[in-house]
Amino acid sequence: MMRVKLFYFAKVREALGVDREEIDLVSSIETVADLVDFLKSRGSVWHTTFSEVSSIRMAVNQEIVEDGHAIRANDEVAFFPPITGG
Amino acid sequence: MTVHIQEGLFDLYTIAQKLKKLHNSGASVTFEGYVRDFDLEQDKLDVLELEHYPGMTEKALLDIELLASQRWNLDDVYIVHRYGKLKVGEPIVGIIVFSKHRKEAFEACHFIIDFLKTDAPFWKKEITNQKSYWVEAKKLDDEEKKKWN
Repeated sequence: MMRVKLFYFAKVREALGVDREEIDLVSSIETVADLVDFLKSRGSVWHTTFSEVSSIRMAVNQEIVEDGHAIRANDEVAFFPPITGG
Repeated sequence: MTVHIQEGLFDLYTIAQKLKKLHNSGASVTFEGYVRDFDLEQDKLDVLELEHYPGMTEKALLDIELLASQRWNLDDVYIVHRYGKLKVGEPIVGIIVFSKHRKEAFEACHFIIDFLKTDAPFWKKEITNQKSYWVEAKKLDDEEKKKWN
């Protein structure tokens, strides 16, 4: 088991109704894509939100990553929609 | 190089005057972005709410300043960006670039706002008296950034 911090922002945060959590991942979860599959299994809202691939961006330890990125213990993983600042 | 993330208003002109005294620059270019008074559907906007990712925001903006400094010969770069509830007409973002010559300052300032639009983790929610919704990212913003490749 490895512990990770998860953060959700903007539309993703509102859809899921949670802004942050800490969870223990089973060892079969090795990449961000594996983590997304696990989150999808939590229920219909989670499944819908994480199935809209084009509308989800991911960051690990505050750097934007692709879904093949490896996850390590104590990582900070964030999910959010495409950026609209400035 | 400086990055400021804040809820409150800023006065870009005063900041530029202070920074100018620190450098022997030949030119500065400033960019300031404001809250428009209409949303994408032309409804009258009351409030713009900006959410951000504390920590990553600062890191992303410093990375952009660093990229610009590697590409052009700059004396200083300053970025200020607000979050929280913003009213129509108020400033959202300010950028100041100092350099020896105007060309570097113009180009670097343009580069910084184009990268900020796609790389700095901010999200806008438009609130009118009828409804509120998250602003969708524009494809044009990605294209503007790619032009710098």
